[in-house]
Amino acid sequence: MAETIENTSPVISIKDLYKSFGDLHVLQGVNLEVNKGENVVVLGRSGTGKSVLIKILVGLLRQDRGSALVLGQEVSQLNEKELRDLRLKIGFSFQNSALYDSMTVRENLEFPLVRNVPGLTKAEINEKVESVLDAVGLLQTINQAPSELSGGQRKRIGIARTLILEPEIMLYDEPTAGLDPITCIEINELINEVQEKYHTSAIIITHDLTCARQTGDRIAMLLDGHFTEQGTFEEVFETQDDRIKSFYDYNFIK
Amino acid sequence: MSKEKVFTKSLDSSFLAVYNGYMFFLRFFREAFRGRMEFQELVKQCYAIGYKALLLISLTGFITGMVFTKQSRPSLAEFGATSWLPSLVSIAIVRALAALVTALICSGKVGSSIGAELGSMRVTEQIDAMEVSAVNPFKFLVVTRVLASTITIPILMFYCTLVALLGAFLNVTLNEGTSFIAFFENAFEQITFLDIGTSLVKAVAYGFTIGIVGCYQGYNAIKGTEGVGKAANASVVISMFLIFIEEVIIVQVSNYFRI
Repeated sequence: MAETIENTSPVISIKDLYKSFGDLHVLQGVNLEVNKGENVVVLGRSGTGKSVLIKILVGLLRQDRGSALVLGQEVSQLNEKELRDLRLKIGFSFQNSALYDSMTVRENLEFPLVRNVPGLTKAEINEKVESVLDAVGLLQTINQAPSELSGGQRKRIGIARTLILEPEIMLYDEPTAGLDPITCIEINELINEVQEKYHTSAIIITHDLTCARQTGDRIAMLLDGHFTEQGTFEEVFETQDDRIKSFYDYNFIK
Repeated sequence: MSKEKVFTKSLDSSFLAVYNGYMFFLRFFREAFRGRMEFQELVKQCYAIGYKALLLISLTGFITGMVFTKQSRPSLAEFGATSWLPSLVSIAIVRALAALVTALICSGKVGSSIGAELGSMRVTEQIDAMEVSAVNPFKFLVVTRVLASTITIPILMFYCTLVALLGAFLNVTLNEGTSFIAFFENAFEQITFLDIGTSLVKAVAYGFTIGIVGCYQGYNAIKGTEGVGKAANASVVISMFLIFIEEVIIVQVSNYFRI
């Protein structure tokens, strides 16, 4: 969690957002703003639409109703080129890392770089790849295949792959899911380092309260398709709402 | 749900599948002719497709040529016309067998592999990861694979023709003692440019079909690992079905020119 938030202009602004899949109404009037330099944690149970929300922000899904402004642009209104340009400014870390199995770590990192930043020399590409790998502390894995990496290493490489394009916004989908507690803490620290070093704003999707407490400048609790509580970790869990209290109790085994 | 509703629903999904397939087909041509071509990936895929199918094509081609010759001999021997064996076999191989054998082998070997590979990339969000990193996954994954199978399968078909003729030659020379040069002179006597051209058209059509069906099934895979299996399976079944339909159409058209 960064000590100071750079300024308060929103980089993401979600207003009255609705999304359904058939009869399943996932998002029902979601409102959220993320300010520049801020890490916002979206907490909620599985299946509440947390991942759907960030997929709408990168244009992987389209909302049924409402608006999702990212860096001042309405994502659903962008044409192919505008969406591509916007995506260059957003880093998306997937729940299962989504590393390309058929490529080595180096090729995974080079893949978005050489296609989006034309004209780079081999030396410049190498320098960038090594620099982001160093930033996530995994320079030694450069020639390894994703299948040779542990779960935590895969998460880190996934984050490194997004950092190589120097995004302004980071979207983390369950960054600590399936990891042991020590690795979870390391990933949480990495998220904070990314915020400080690359000056990113972020939405962190999780149901891990340790991750939320460690990385979130602000917490937003997604229940029944909309945000019921927003505030600091302490503010959110001071509530009398039993659904939120039980979430806290189960995470920390009261 | 009533029987009528089930029927209507399955009819809807069938029409939807045809429409989506058609849109995917159109998108291929749109993406193929714009932007930078992924040449490195194209060459890699050509090599992979050729390498994957080469051994099987060698074996099946050789056996097809040999067995077809062996099966044809008794009928020709009845009329004392075994000297026509090289011509008969070469016509059968060049006009029909080589292209079909290559296509069916590649449908099983290459089509299923493309379907499974793209399907697994879809369900593990690797395709989404390409998309969010501002890379066009369709251009990188689909265009290269479809072009690679369209280029490589005709080459494999010509190779299969050669190997099948070698199989036929072995059988003929062991039984009739025909020399290599005499066999091939006799074999190519009846082959016209129309035969070779028709075979080439067939192989291009089959290659394109195998690539596009495999990519469509894999690219649109859903429901996790179950979806990957279904994509691989559907790639083989649908491409084989389409190959036979194309065979009928191309043969009809080529016969029109032959007359």
